[in-house]
Amino acid sequence: MIKRLNFLGTPSRDKLNLFISIGVFLFVLGIADVILNSFFEINITSILPRLFNYFTPLIFGFIGLHYIRIEFSGNRILDNLNKNINSNWFNAVLSLLIIFVLIQNIPPLLNWLFFDANFVGETKEECTGSGACWIFIKTWFPRFIYGLYPNAEIWRINLTFLMLIALVISGFFVPPKIKKYIIIFLLFIFPFIAINLISGGNFGLEWVETTAWGGLSLTFIISIFALLFCFPIGMFLALGRRSLAPVIRYSSIGFIEFWRGVPLITVLFMASVMMPMFLPDGTYMDKLVRVIIAITLFEAAYMAEVIRGGLQALPRGQYDAGKSLGMGYWRMHLLVILPQALKLVIPGIANTFLALVKDTPLILVVGLLELVGMIDMAKSNPDWLGFATEGYIFAGIVFWIICYSMSRYSQSLERKYKTDR
Amino acid sequence: MDIKNTTKGFTNFFSGSSTFGKYFPQTLTVFFIIFIFGYFAYNAQVNMDNRGIDFGLRFLGEEASFDIQFSLIEYSGASTYARAYLVGVLNTILVAAIGIFFATILGVVIGISRLSSNYLISKVAEWYIEIFRNIPLLLQLFFWYFAALRALPLPKEAINFFDTAYLSVKGLYIPKFIWTNFSVLFYSIIASIVAIIFVFKYARKQQEATGKQIPKFFISLGIFTIVPLLTFLIGGVSLSFEYPILTQLSKTIFNYIGGVAIIPELMALAAALSLYTATFIAECVRAGIMGVTKGQKEAAASIGLTPGQILRLVVMPQALRIIIPPTTNQYLNLTKNSSLAAAIAYPDLVLVFAGTAMMQTGRAIEIISITMLTYLSISIVISIFMNWYNTKMAIKEK
Repeated sequence: MIKRLNFLGTPSRDKLNLFISIGVFLFVLGIADVILNSFFEINITSILPRLFNYFTPLIFGFIGLHYIRIEFSGNRILDNLNKNINSNWFNAVLSLLIIFVLIQNIPPLLNWLFFDANFVGETKEECTGSGACWIFIKTWFPRFIYGLYPNAEIWRINLTFLMLIALVISGFFVPPKIKKYIIIFLLFIFPFIAINLISGGNFGLEWVETTAWGGLSLTFIISIFALLFCFPIGMFLALGRRSLAPVIRYSSIGFIEFWRGVPLITVLFMASVMMPMFLPDGTYMDKLVRVIIAITLFEAAYMAEVIRGGLQALPRGQYDAGKSLGMGYWRMHLLVILPQALKLVIPGIANTFLALVKDTPLILVVGLLELVGMIDMAKSNPDWLGFATEGYIFAGIVFWIICYSMSRYSQSLERKYKTDR
Repeated sequence: MDIKNTTKGFTNFFSGSSTFGKYFPQTLTVFFIIFIFGYFAYNAQVNMDNRGIDFGLRFLGEEASFDIQFSLIEYSGASTYARAYLVGVLNTILVAAIGIFFATILGVVIGISRLSSNYLISKVAEWYIEIFRNIPLLLQLFFWYFAALRALPLPKEAINFFDTAYLSVKGLYIPKFIWTNFSVLFYSIIASIVAIIFVFKYARKQQEATGKQIPKFFISLGIFTIVPLLTFLIGGVSLSFEYPILTQLSKTIFNYIGGVAIIPELMALAAALSLYTATFIAECVRAGIMGVTKGQKEAAASIGLTPGQILRLVVMPQALRIIIPPTTNQYLNLTKNSSLAAAIAYPDLVLVFAGTAMMQTGRAIEIISITMLTYLSISIVISIFMNWYNTKMAIKEK
């Protein structure tokens, strides 16, 4: 069939201008047909039978692309085009289909998101346009970020996270000598400051119940604390799994495989309903604390596997060298093995943290409301019914930005650490 | 000497290189584990005594007296808790199987598209992966369930697929297959599969002995269509359809009756799980195909294999070896993630058993343990199966 198209001769350099003009004309005609059809409801090919009519843009585009498929035409743009979207007829059809789908879907989407959307106003009634109602997001924004935290005390959360960001950023720029102290401060002292600042109860700060915590800040609180605690546990489990002592090895394996084999949601259920049964009668443990403990144990198992990967990747010579210097087990691991192994698995740790951040929305099944949970609550508020889509798109964009930038960072780390081995 | 050994024992806490270092830490671990479990068990005992509940699985035989919206087996409020548990497990397995099926297809397609020389296709595949991988699964699930599927028309204006299937806000209604003498057809299908296995074995033997290739694909296709078709014509097997019919339930409420109803919860869950997991499978597939070195393809081409044969005989067997282990992990993740069903009220194991049944009986310890053990065993079964498949695909050294 394709050969029949060559009644003008095979597309070649000799009649370059003829083929390009015919090809581009047909290609543009095909695209114009789609645009006219989907946005102006004008059908330029309505003279043709209906079934045929449906495929006209594809046929025009296909023939057009066939005519401009000229190898070594000497025109750099044309050669690039041919190489990238038009290398053979199958690729041409796929490219056309993708172009048509994008043309049909992107403008309505943009209209809904921006051009017809409502940005100005305070109440639901001011959402008069046909697009998205971003007023919903604007009104609920503080709730989405801070949960039910009292408005007057929000500066405490802001201050905590500003301090965290400032410390992390300064960690990148100060000389290594001071950097060490910053890291120690971040790991061992800052968490206590953060908890005191957010929960209050002393230093003249008002006590805020953990039930009032929520929104995006809760996502970060949970994931940062879980990461902080799961790291040492994961390290011990990884060492335990590689231990020569069978009892330690098998108990580590059992622990790791148990947590890796169950879904997080059952772990959260366990934390919320089963854990109180295991504590001495009359003791009360805050639900948030129980959830953080559960997530920590869960993530520790994954962390252990990541760290074990690093330990296994180290050549045996490193262990032998450590032993031959007369180092004991702990000294060898602390000074020789772990620094190298952990450096190897930094991307893996970043990925575990990423998975942890993506898992935190699940805590809504036990009644803690972080970002997704707050949106779930806001969308069922009687004054704001019917804005689920806006809410989820907002949350999706927020999580996407966080996770995408983190995954990019972990990829860049991966490249960075690949070079020196 | 003795003192030196002792100190060494402490430093060799995990290593077990000295006698003391071998046994002391292990004994300590055993005591620690026994202490933790004992402490928890004691507390649980005290707490349960105080609340007047006993420990045991007898409640499984009691009447559940709650309804389940969607069930693969016969279930009513009069059934036992054990029956409700079984319904939950089957629903979990159903959604996991559907998810794995679609995620695999989509993942392979996207993974191959990602490597396409076509710029548009590889970019679209890349952005698909980047978008769906970096949004929490729960959020995607909520989006499909509360935003996308709620936007479907009411049953009265349902989207009509050739008058046989109807998609509306109440779910997807498809015709029900009603077989007579289904067992005959079933046995004939099994017989044809057995025959195909023999054909493959024979073909391999022939190829090894004489070098001739038998068109085994067409032969097996023929067996697979002709044998069931013959039983269909001769064996008295017949098939009729029960179509869903729009019925007026009350003045304003319409719904479809008859046929098979696929509830929106199941659709949302299957969509979210497969779209999310497909991104990870796509990355595994891409890594696998890229892991086959160029030399392999060139070597295959130089001995005169066609592009199709190169893909089938040289690239895929090697790529599969790289693809399978990480893909197994993704299947396990998908199965575990299917427990998110509880968040949109799809009656899976977590919702039915760890949710409703636990609320009614208050037996937190038993029910949560059973739920966790069930997931653990599903995970173990999948990983055993995939390990078996992996060893089968691994390089056979001669």
